[in-house]
Amino acid sequence: MADASMTDAFVEFERVQKSYDGETLVVKDLNLTMPKGEFLTMLGPSGSGKTTCLMMLAGFETATHGDIRLAGTSINNIPPHKRGIGMVFQNYALFPHMTIAENLSFPLEVRGMGKSEREQKVKRALDMVEMGTFGGRRPAQLSGGQQQRVALARALVFEPELVLMDEPLGALDKQLREKMQFEITHLAHELGITTVYVTHDQTEALTMSDRVAVFNDGRIQQLAPPDQLYEEPANSFVAQFIGENNTLEGVVKEISKNHALVQLDDGEVIDCMPVNVTEAGQRTRVSIRPERVEYNKERLQEGAHTLKAEVLEFIYMGDIFRTRLRVAGNDEFIIKTRNAPDQVRLKPGQQIEIGWLPEDCRALDA
Amino acid sequence: MSDTTQSGPVLAADGTPLKRSLARALRMQKVRALMLIAPLLIFILLTFILPIADMLFRSVENRIVSDTLSETVVTLRDWDPITGEAPDEAVFESLYYDMFVAAEAKEHTKLGTRLNYEQTGISSLFRSSGRKLDDIGEDHVKALEKAGDGALKDEALWFEIMTGGSSGAGDSALLEAQRTKMAQLTGEDFSADIGFVPGAEISDLFPRMAMAYTDFALFTAVMDEDTVSEEDPWETVFVAFAQEVQAPGGAEKLAAYTGPGAAELTAAAEALAGLEPVSFKASFLDLDEDWGDVGNWRTIQTYSPTYTSGYFLNSIDMQKGTDGAEARPENQQIYITLFKRTMFMSLVITASCIVLGYPVAWILANLPTRSANLLMILVLLPFWTSLLVRTSAWKVMLQQQGVINDVLVWLGLVADDARLVMINNQFGTIVAMTHILLPFMILPMYSVMQTINPTYLRAAKSLGATNWTAFWRVYFPQSVPGIGAGSILVFILSIGYYITPEIVGGTKGVFISNRIAYHISSSLNWGLAAALGTILLAVVLLLYWAYDKIVGIDNVKLG
Repeated sequence: MADASMTDAFVEFERVQKSYDGETLVVKDLNLTMPKGEFLTMLGPSGSGKTTCLMMLAGFETATHGDIRLAGTSINNIPPHKRGIGMVFQNYALFPHMTIAENLSFPLEVRGMGKSEREQKVKRALDMVEMGTFGGRRPAQLSGGQQQRVALARALVFEPELVLMDEPLGALDKQLREKMQFEITHLAHELGITTVYVTHDQTEALTMSDRVAVFNDGRIQQLAPPDQLYEEPANSFVAQFIGENNTLEGVVKEISKNHALVQLDDGEVIDCMPVNVTEAGQRTRVSIRPERVEYNKERLQEGAHTLKAEVLEFIYMGDIFRTRLRVAGNDEFIIKTRNAPDQVRLKPGQQIEIGWLPEDCRALDA
Repeated sequence: MSDTTQSGPVLAADGTPLKRSLARALRMQKVRALMLIAPLLIFILLTFILPIADMLFRSVENRIVSDTLSETVVTLRDWDPITGEAPDEAVFESLYYDMFVAAEAKEHTKLGTRLNYEQTGISSLFRSSGRKLDDIGEDHVKALEKAGDGALKDEALWFEIMTGGSSGAGDSALLEAQRTKMAQLTGEDFSADIGFVPGAEISDLFPRMAMAYTDFALFTAVMDEDTVSEEDPWETVFVAFAQEVQAPGGAEKLAAYTGPGAAELTAAAEALAGLEPVSFKASFLDLDEDWGDVGNWRTIQTYSPTYTSGYFLNSIDMQKGTDGAEARPENQQIYITLFKRTMFMSLVITASCIVLGYPVAWILANLPTRSANLLMILVLLPFWTSLLVRTSAWKVMLQQQGVINDVLVWLGLVADDARLVMINNQFGTIVAMTHILLPFMILPMYSVMQTINPTYLRAAKSLGATNWTAFWRVYFPQSVPGIGAGSILVFILSIGYYITPEIVGGTKGVFISNRIAYHISSSLNWGLAAALGTILLAVVLLLYWAYDKIVGIDNVKLG
């Protein structure tokens, strides 16, 4: 993950640690390098340390140990107002006693910018988020989505090179959230801004980011582009956290470079792709995405291992079918199939056989 | 529903217009709500609003003069003080009869006290004259009583004369007029049947005598609860007879009189032959030469109307002069100074509360809950201590032999013979009141600051503002409603504060409220107290209005 060359590193965390109480580490040994113009999302459950990292970058928290660098200079001792980092807060933090235009004008004013220049920039920023006619209103008179746009415009109006966003879409309804996800990514790429985005919503992370850093327990579990993250999770936490996932537990029986045989707890043997198992006899948790499971025998590879399964429940979801199976003693095994004209609709009680391509079945840590 | 196609008003399901059925539904809610608050509303109305309204009404009410000297104020109307002469005989005549009844009812001293607020010395004038009223026309009374071997000393005969016998018509108009007058004078109910109606003939011939006897009769029957025909009439009846029979044409009237006791009255009139007619003016001047003083008479005349602006003028150091309102003499001016001082000190107290309270409220709002609660108890602790105890504690602290001075002397910062005077002056009042009112400032500030999200400050800093700019441009404006609420509370409380200035204020640190209390409980000048209170109330309302205009009352949050 630290393979980006040091020359084009724009944001760097080097061996950063953070503790609030002197007893436990909230952030443990964080190393992260971001090139300029990247849209990076910090994803993780609450308490995983992602927001703390963002706050350290913004300057509201100080790192207990380690170095944070921005464009090559250490910013550990630079107060937040001198860092020149734009920030969008979870609740927008628009100043309620100022109009929208005054809110946008504020960062320019504290930088001592002249009045006409200020007005010009404010207008341009408002136009950018399609809020040009709202300059005279107060934040309380705007809807959530409009406030969101204004908050974005305010974080961008002083043209920072780095923008931080702390769960900015958390308070919006689903439809608006999806719309804003597009707008934010487009804007960030258009303006070429480096963005660090914090969220606990994995869909948001997958759709918006160039790279996603999955946080858990104070560490980055995996740092990868969205597709790689989804298809090739590096450990069982990431596999569980990103998307829907079926797990089966067992012991590694045979292992070679790209293939492993795993004996499940009920004695059946399946083919897997070893990810972080190294030797035979190790316990492992096998992960298969629901949409990669195949029950049509004709489509399975010759000689592939199959498992017996019983259909427990069939759920019609419109675009897809979701079927719950009992597989190797696991009652929560899900498969998803596309609602295509030739698709079979399974019935509860039906006995089937399921299988998959070995590379879709990843043997991870237990 | 086909409401959109209807041209008339929208109808409810049962066919009544929607507006009416909505109003009915809401009316029930309103009635229910009103019933819920009714007990408190009635309680407040009866025990708070009405007494206050009554008290405020006293600031303009001035019935006492016209009630006590009902006839004098009428005859005095024509007198012009500019002549520099005391009023003429007619006024003194009215004064005699008014004063006599008032003295019987013991109301004249109250009037004296009232007029003494305006003109010093009137109180004793009324008191002494009331005692010596019997001196007026004394010779005439004695002569009448001796006449005809004391025939007129017979109370039954007087009753007979005044009723005009059993056959004569009665003058009930006179009786009713005197009933009203007596009721106004004493505040008692005079409507009862007194077993006496003045005779029409006697009242026509000798109106003054009839009036005097009617007064006597009413007073005897109602106030003393005696039988009129069994009591000796007042001296005024004798004096009135002497006055009227000796007046020009009096003898003819007596000759024309045919009713009961005509012979006795004629004999009595003859006994007066050697005496000069009664001169009320001369007699009053004999009693006390101050009755010739134009100033006293002008005061009575000025305060004759039922309503007066006198108390209000007095409250702003003015008085009623010959040509309307004028400033009081320099040495009597006190209230404007007191009002100014009250305003100024309340402002200083409010300002010190803001300065001292703001940081505390800020810390309270930003500490973790556990420590904030502890600190909150410290803020509230003085709240739970008796006000008197706290004020007295300041007395102990601030006095010249007190704790603070002792410490300063011990430290050598202050010489032992030059101890600081920190009490019985404005400083003491301001210190003690700031301490006492501080929680009223901190609590509203705290409750407002609690609602200010700390991310605003972070946002401001992330946008490039320094700590100070972030505070001043972002945090402070949002905390202003708290300051406003606290300031209104503290200012209004302190403007009417009484106990603390009374104890630690000395003479230089007292407030207008102390003066009001003085007039309520010591000088008993309730009218002036009410006027001062009304002005205070008006000032508070005015400031409240101004605050609403400038800051907006919507911006005040009390919690």
